[in-house]
Amino acid sequence: MTEPVVETEKLSKFYGDFKAVDGISFQIGQGECFGLLGPNGAGKTTTIRMLYGYTPLSSGSLKIFGRDIRQDLRAVKQHIGVCQQEDNLDPDLSVLQNLLVFARYFDIPRALARQRAEELLRFFALEGRSGANIRELSGGMKRRLVLARALLNEPKLLILDEPTTGLDPQSRHQVWERLEELKTRGLTILLTSHYLEEAARLCDRLIIIDHGRIIVEGAPAELVARYVGREVIEVVAPTEEMRDFLKRQRADFEDLGHRLVVYNQNGDELFIHLAKDFCRRGCTLRQATLEDVFLRLTGRELRE
Amino acid sequence: MNGVWPKQISRRFLRVWQRNFSVYRMTWKINFLPPLLEPLLYLVAFGIGLQSLVGAVRFQGQTLSYMTFIAPALLSVTIMYNAFFETSYTSFVRMYYQKTFDAMLATPLTLEEIITGEIAWAATRSLIAAALMLTVISFFGLVHYPQTLWVIPLSLLGGAAFAAIGMFFTGLVPNIETFNLPIFLFITPMFLFSGTFFPLENLPGWAQVLAQILPLTHLVNLARAFTLGLWQNRLWGSLLYLVVFTLIFFPLAVARMRRRLIR
Repeated sequence: MTEPVVETEKLSKFYGDFKAVDGISFQIGQGECFGLLGPNGAGKTTTIRMLYGYTPLSSGSLKIFGRDIRQDLRAVKQHIGVCQQEDNLDPDLSVLQNLLVFARYFDIPRALARQRAEELLRFFALEGRSGANIRELSGGMKRRLVLARALLNEPKLLILDEPTTGLDPQSRHQVWERLEELKTRGLTILLTSHYLEEAARLCDRLIIIDHGRIIVEGAPAELVARYVGREVIEVVAPTEEMRDFLKRQRADFEDLGHRLVVYNQNGDELFIHLAKDFCRRGCTLRQATLEDVFLRLTGRELRE
Repeated sequence: MNGVWPKQISRRFLRVWQRNFSVYRMTWKINFLPPLLEPLLYLVAFGIGLQSLVGAVRFQGQTLSYMTFIAPALLSVTIMYNAFFETSYTSFVRMYYQKTFDAMLATPLTLEEIITGEIAWAATRSLIAAALMLTVISFFGLVHYPQTLWVIPLSLLGGAAFAAIGMFFTGLVPNIETFNLPIFLFITPMFLFSGTFFPLENLPGWAQVLAQILPLTHLVNLARAFTLGLWQNRLWGSLLYLVVFTLIFFPLAVARMRRRLIR
């Protein structure tokens, strides 16, 4: 077996008494797209920041490309591409200059940097914009440019912190397509996201973390099958009889007051029964998603 | 770890310097204007307006025209302003609003290199401004060649000193408005009371002693010695002061920025 690209062991970050990341261990294999999901404040960004050396670890170990990050940070960073959550393109420079100046931080020779920058602008459909000011770009273009910038050093690991947050659906799909293409080229990717659809589509494997700890780990489809089944029934404005009926049926359901979610439906018998006897409208049978898993495991209360 | 001399500095800090130089080059016409025009404004205001009131200045046994007296002070103030404003306001904007340092930290650059690059760049700005201003002043015959050329390396040292303390404040201030405080309490008094516009000997004794604490006093001492061609051995003290000042505030600035940015 080849060596994992990322290997963490009881990785932790404490701020005083607050445990932002509390002993998480995971591995990312060569060519894998690995998802790091969790509600706001779960410790995703802190974890990612430790990975690229921005935040020092409080305890635990972290190896990237088989090297201890505490010893070889600079060598490790040379081969990582990072797309941070906040937009930090250089507004003092044009689109092309953003890439050329960034390439210098990696000591990439001028001619090579230029060649790669032009390739990447083409790859992200930005070639017509190379002379534009950053302020003239749309949100989607900025994101694509940040991605292009993260790929300049031909990284062996690409770290993406919420790469499509705030983008319109068109831009989001365009980013996904580019990321899928990078995946087929064998690039190892670590991704955090609030969009479960995005994680389900891109990730080979993922972990959901909450309060700094790992809750579950697995492939998206496998997690869906394990925690919520193939299909779920959603009932709007349920009645008491309906609740009693579901309890008698020993159905696996979650009561949200104005709404019921019935998990683990393998077949449509229960749904037909419900629809016929209890609800004329407001009953839906739909495919279970990663979002169901996420909400079920991390709860529905708001996080800030 | 804080407070000790930073160990994580390689020649890569030049990449940060280069970034700022690339930006500067794009707007060089605007950047060149102040150091070219400012001395002209001062020369007109003071040369025509004030000189008739002040007449000549007695300085170290020599009688100088008021313009000759303040020319090196104008150079020194330009060195101070260019470096201090670069690492205070401008670096703060890069750090806080543009997140430029965050982006850099995801590359092989270390925080120490970023801060060093910023300070080196600010000192370079001082050098460029001083060189431009010196060219203008030279046309008025206010400086003594070739000794005046020492002002060029001096502008790098003086620039580094004010850049270091500017960066130190950047690591300290909670928001950009707070820079008014060090400017009001530190920069402006220096501008006025460092032997810039009148000889220090005109001040009462205690104020003269106080003025010796200010870095601009020493920068003005040195610049004036070079432009007048009047070097004295006691000026080694001023040179040493600026070196020590830089060597103290550079690591302090790095330590403050580390505390501010690395969490």
